[in-house]
Amino acid sequence: MLTLYGKDFASRLLLGTAQYPSPESLKQAVKASGAEIITVSLRRESARARTGQGFWALIEELGCKVLPNTAGCHTAKEAIATAHMARELFNTNWIKLEVIANDDTLQPDLFGLVEAAGALSAEGFEILPYTTEDLSAAERLVAAGCTVLMPWAAPIGSARGLINREALKTLRAYFPDIPLIVDAGLGAPSHAAEVMEMGYDAVLLNTAVAKAGDPVKMAAAFARAIEAGRLAFEAGLIEPRDMASPSTPVAGTPFFKIDHAS
Amino acid sequence: MQIILNGEAFATDAKTLEELCARLGFAEAKIATAVNGSFVAAASRGTTRLAEADEIEIVAPRQGG
Repeated sequence: MLTLYGKDFASRLLLGTAQYPSPESLKQAVKASGAEIITVSLRRESARARTGQGFWALIEELGCKVLPNTAGCHTAKEAIATAHMARELFNTNWIKLEVIANDDTLQPDLFGLVEAAGALSAEGFEILPYTTEDLSAAERLVAAGCTVLMPWAAPIGSARGLINREALKTLRAYFPDIPLIVDAGLGAPSHAAEVMEMGYDAVLLNTAVAKAGDPVKMAAAFARAIEAGRLAFEAGLIEPRDMASPSTPVAGTPFFKIDHAS
Repeated sequence: MQIILNGEAFATDAKTLEELCARLGFAEAKIATAVNGSFVAAASRGTTRLAEADEIEIVAPRQGG
């Protein structure tokens, strides 16, 4: 069971709602993923198009826990104001806090992130911060009140998988009791299985599912990979070794002779 | 009066943020608002007076990752 801010979830997959080929494929992908938490954003609403009103009706139909983000914010001030709007709009204290440092890498601005996290936490927000694998930033986020951390695996939408595996491993070891969710950069179910095998608590996906040839099938593939990775972690992986070790019993091998040459 | 509405110049004689939202057809809509970079709660829109060159944001739920 995944527990985030006192709420239990059976699914360890959090799914984004952007970039699907159609509203119907979004609906089906969410269903196929088994996700109980979906991410959304807030954007300028046109009086003519009223796009957000229709989208909200679709989201309500899904019946998932809604996690609003502050995507696109470049300063703590913007992120804080966006979080305030999100809290009223979605009636939740949960916020996926993003403060972006650079448009090419979409890497988190850790200084702005820590500043915004401190301010929002003091106002009762329950923050899921999009961060890097940096330990000191993680420590400061925890000190600011975050009880969940969401490090990237690779830049958002890049589908590159774990580009800094060792650092993610260190982060896991350093924060054994904090739920860690890999957010961003995964491309294949095998990437998700890998982080789950490392003991990460959950995975947040969007592009890898939404832009797949068949998003619904890919949502199911990721769900199974995440479940498989988690089971493997719970089961305990064997240690790798340099040399071969026979799996079939050696004793009683027909034609066996002791090799006197060695 | 000229204001900036969602990043674009906009002429209005609405006195308050609530009036502006109503004129745009957002009276019952699922929206949130900010004025000059700070959030304005729905309950405060009626007492938030608009001034020349105010920067207004009116947002709604949208797809996100």
